[in-house]
Amino acid sequence: MELVCPAGSLPALKTAVDNGANAVYFGFKDSTNARQFAGLNFNDKRAAEGIEYAHLRGARVFCAINTYPQPEGWEQWKGAVDRAASLGVDAIILADMGLLDYAANRYPHIPRHLSVQGSATSHEALSFYKDNFDIRRAVLPRVLSLDQVRGVAKHSPVELEVFAFGSLCIMAEGRCYLSSYLTDESPNTRGACSPAKAVRWQETPKGLESRLNDVLIDRYGQGESAGYPTLCKGRFQVEGHVYHAIEEPVSLNTLDLLPELQALGISAVKIEGRQRSPAYIADVARTWRHALDNLEAGTDGFTVEPQWQQTLAGLSEGGLTTLGAYHRKWK
Amino acid sequence: MLKLSLGPILWFWSRQTVFDFYANAAELPVDTIYLGEVVCSRRRELKPDDWLDLARDLKACGKNVVLSTLTLIESEADLRRLRRFCEQDEFLVEANDQSALQVAIRNRIPFVTGPSMNIYNTATLKILAKQGLKEWNLPVELGKEALEQLIKELQQEGLDLPAEVFSWGFLPLAWSSRCFTARHYNLPKDNCEFRCLQHPDGMELRSRESQELFRINGISTLSGSRYDLMRELPDMGRMGVSTVRLSPEHLRMEAVVRRFDQVRRGELPATDPLQLVEAPPCNGYWYGRPGMDLVAGQQFKTGL
Repeated sequence: MELVCPAGSLPALKTAVDNGANAVYFGFKDSTNARQFAGLNFNDKRAAEGIEYAHLRGARVFCAINTYPQPEGWEQWKGAVDRAASLGVDAIILADMGLLDYAANRYPHIPRHLSVQGSATSHEALSFYKDNFDIRRAVLPRVLSLDQVRGVAKHSPVELEVFAFGSLCIMAEGRCYLSSYLTDESPNTRGACSPAKAVRWQETPKGLESRLNDVLIDRYGQGESAGYPTLCKGRFQVEGHVYHAIEEPVSLNTLDLLPELQALGISAVKIEGRQRSPAYIADVARTWRHALDNLEAGTDGFTVEPQWQQTLAGLSEGGLTTLGAYHRKWK
Repeated sequence: MLKLSLGPILWFWSRQTVFDFYANAAELPVDTIYLGEVVCSRRRELKPDDWLDLARDLKACGKNVVLSTLTLIESEADLRRLRRFCEQDEFLVEANDQSALQVAIRNRIPFVTGPSMNIYNTATLKILAKQGLKEWNLPVELGKEALEQLIKELQQEGLDLPAEVFSWGFLPLAWSSRCFTARHYNLPKDNCEFRCLQHPDGMELRSRESQELFRINGISTLSGSRYDLMRELPDMGRMGVSTVRLSPEHLRMEAVVRRFDQVRRGELPATDPLQLVEAPPCNGYWYGRPGMDLVAGQQFKTGL
């Protein structure tokens, strides 16, 4: 299985490659990709440098152009595909059908990967993208249980990549409008969820409050550690009870599932986190490299070393990890 | 004149409630009725054959009937259920996921797309039009500006693809593998005791300052405010929208339909807001703002 790591910056890209990533993915400095953050992502010059660095060391580079262009943005998004092609990336990660069609016709030789934002959760949906745009690989949304992944994998017409570690998105990706409902930006339209521009922190007599476009997402008492106000991870009231009504702030960690994912024929595991620092990328990439090497060696059976879990837990939201939807009971 | 449609029921209602609702709907001035379960595969008060029988009854009453399909497809069982609707040719099918697109296209069945389909530009519409798309819904997070441009571009391409706009009701905003209703009751999803039946309008999710943010409805999350584009109907008429979608609620739906029917005929006086129900209104998406916002609407002019 291939280890696919995030690159939010050139230092992060180099770090990922140095620590064992088989492939890295990046986006341009605009809303054509689903991790639009100030100070992140690549211009053409940096991208070219990163691609050269990776290629010299035998790693592949994917370019994510995985938001949905509206009429006014069409030329810009199409231009991003042209830029990726001329940079010589190894694959383009796309979600929008119009862009997939453009890339397939204009650059048939560059492999197309269906982004998680393409919302494909069944082999029929994968066949739709395969038949129409000849995609080579698809990234599965983080909503399927392992049994369901098995069902998809059994009939999948394309390679599959699954999320292995990082922030846990519990809504079917490509179809979540919660962020644009509270702010004016969503992953689909602007490549942003709960955008930083809408975040406000406030010390109050009741505690530290986090707000998103003035909406109270969470309030922290003394001793509670505060997290970024991703709107689905706040504490809300339902019928008088205050709790994490949608999801707790935890990270996805599928280290335990590696042998099963391998047995299912999954082609690649993906690490989330283009917004993360190079130091974070180094620790995560190194840990997963160890695990995958151990899995490949396969001599005494695969066991998860406590030190790996310890490292990953330390890098997780709230210090907690979950198997997420892969584990049926979580649902 | 703008057409009116009743979208699929997004909530979980008892069998009898559903039959009563549509018996009433048959008498209402709506042109199109969407039938079927679009949220949760565990909701089976009506079997596929029940929906088909209902579809035939409503068709006999002169309604244009479309069969709607699940939005989040997770299993082989979901696909089997989907095929039941996408392999018949008596009625049009509303695809709410690419799985439905694939099955309909393979069987050469014409289809329409619901608001959860990822359609943001003309290139996408052209691809689907070639394969049998007959009408499409604007994603709820898009507004007037994008729609106007899309309609203009479709006309330039010589494509006749009528557009429908979700115009009244709680906005479907997200679908998850997790069931939030079951989570509230500390029940596992697979053994949820069908608690959604107790919440025919979903459950209110409020901030700790009691702001109405969302409505929990099984695996789906809807807006906490009710989207209301009644005042924007003249806009829609001018720009060439075909159909205005109203999302079913189990109380007072008749009054809502009749009010929209009046408005599409240009009969409503300037000062007569629709105040039927207890949720704040919103229309932000239409104006390119956060969806929860309420932008003061325009005054009505006569003759839409």
